[in-house]
Amino acid sequence: MALYSEKVMDHFRNPRNVGVIENADGVGEVGNAKCGDIMKMYLKIDDDVITDVKFETFGCGSAIASSSMATELIKGKPVEEAMKLTNKAVAEALDGLPDYKMHCSVLAEEAIQAALEDYYKKNPQHK
Amino acid sequence: MNTSMKIYADNAATTKMSEASVRTMLYYMENQYGNPSSLYTIGQEAKEALEQARADVAAVINADPREILFTSGGSEADNQALLSAAEIGRKNGKMHIISTAFEHHAILHSLKRLEKQGFEVTLLPVHEDGIVIPSEVEAAIREDTCLVTVMYANNEIGTIQPVREIGAICRAHNVIFHTDAVQAVGHLPIDVKEENIDMLSASAHKFHGPKGVGFLYARKGVLLTNLIEGGAQERGKRGGTENVPGIMAMAAALKESAANMDRDAAHQKELRDRLIRGLSAIPHSALNGDAQQRLPGNVNFCFEGIEGESLLLLLDDRGISASSGSACTSGSLDPSHVLLAIGRVHDVAHGSLRLTIGEDITEEEVDYMIENIKDVVTYLRGFSPVWRDLESGKTPHIL
Repeated sequence: MALYSEKVMDHFRNPRNVGVIENADGVGEVGNAKCGDIMKMYLKIDDDVITDVKFETFGCGSAIASSSMATELIKGKPVEEAMKLTNKAVAEALDGLPDYKMHCSVLAEEAIQAALEDYYKKNPQHK
Repeated sequence: MNTSMKIYADNAATTKMSEASVRTMLYYMENQYGNPSSLYTIGQEAKEALEQARADVAAVINADPREILFTSGGSEADNQALLSAAEIGRKNGKMHIISTAFEHHAILHSLKRLEKQGFEVTLLPVHEDGIVIPSEVEAAIREDTCLVTVMYANNEIGTIQPVREIGAICRAHNVIFHTDAVQAVGHLPIDVKEENIDMLSASAHKFHGPKGVGFLYARKGVLLTNLIEGGAQERGKRGGTENVPGIMAMAAALKESAANMDRDAAHQKELRDRLIRGLSAIPHSALNGDAQQRLPGNVNFCFEGIEGESLLLLLDDRGISASSGSACTSGSLDPSHVLLAIGRVHDVAHGSLRLTIGEDITEEEVDYMIENIKDVVTYLRGFSPVWRDLESGKTPHIL
């Protein structure tokens, strides 16, 4: 059996929404290099809808795939819906992750929440 | 890009069995299936073969055949060596052991167990170059030191230890000296007598023999303690019917490796250095361990701003099999204890790559690896937030 599912490998090899959004409406960074994973999410939000999302990740295959999948799951969604994204949903969308890699999906969830919190902080009227 | 290229660059993990080794193994499986403990002809033939293998193995390290104990591999040999030396120490009221911070886990975990049993363990530093300083070994020796165990060459960064000097010090102080030579046997010339080695561990699959077989050399006079109680096999020091096909295949592989050692090492060193030169051109990278005093086939680098597992997966896609000391490849949060021991900080240690090239490596393969590693490192740095911060000056470069 391979280490990762085909889905994980697809998102790892061809990550979606890689990059940076200049003047993003929300930016969130979680993790630390000491533990080997850092994710940074950039959100473009118009009328409380995520119109664009980009990510940068330092980490293993599943960290990169989790970031990529998480961006796919929230792109075009209202912020309220994105706020409810769980790590479980990310892992399931990837057809599962090995147990010891589940923390990668948790980081993806946290990175998106951090970016949304940044957005709310900058735009308190929207909360 | 030539995507058809397949390069196995993880020979420190395991090696492909040599043709002679496979042929020998099959021969003993198909033809010489007798039990060496049986008195009839095919049993005694197996016994004779086994003793020839013992003599062949002993000759490679200049030991006496009676000083060779066949085991299931390097880990078993390490376990038995440490347990035996500890038992000798305990009987003499000596409960202090000296080792190093970057030993294999077969050693470190055995030491942990001995600590729980009341032994005191001193782990010596291995410094930035990954080499133990003999005078520090001598300074650490106490009245109650029963054992010094220092690996011959490190499995991750390939640094070769000053075994001869350490052996002389231990002999002068009458302390047992064990060396885990799993990465060295078959690749470096070893003479247990000249180097004053009392015990040495080896594993067949690191020198083109089969997995599941190895040996422990114990100098005459060093009393061994059994890990496995049973029959009178291996002079009563390891019960269980001998793994005759495995042992014969190990001896065949070792004889071949020893015969070609000089030629192979010269070839590997040349291409190892070409690989090191090529990878050094990648900005903010660094070789781990001393550049000269290292195994002929070992190259180990850290690349800032990337993580090792994603590097390995992308190299695998390009036909290159390698390994890393990243936490993600170990299933823990900590990167390799070896890289930490030579002073690499966590952030950098996660981005390590070990390439251990074989004897048949070609210049074309080395150049292919350099080109593809450069490519993949650049690609991964392209969307690494750590690299962005390093490049923007937000955090300072370490390498």
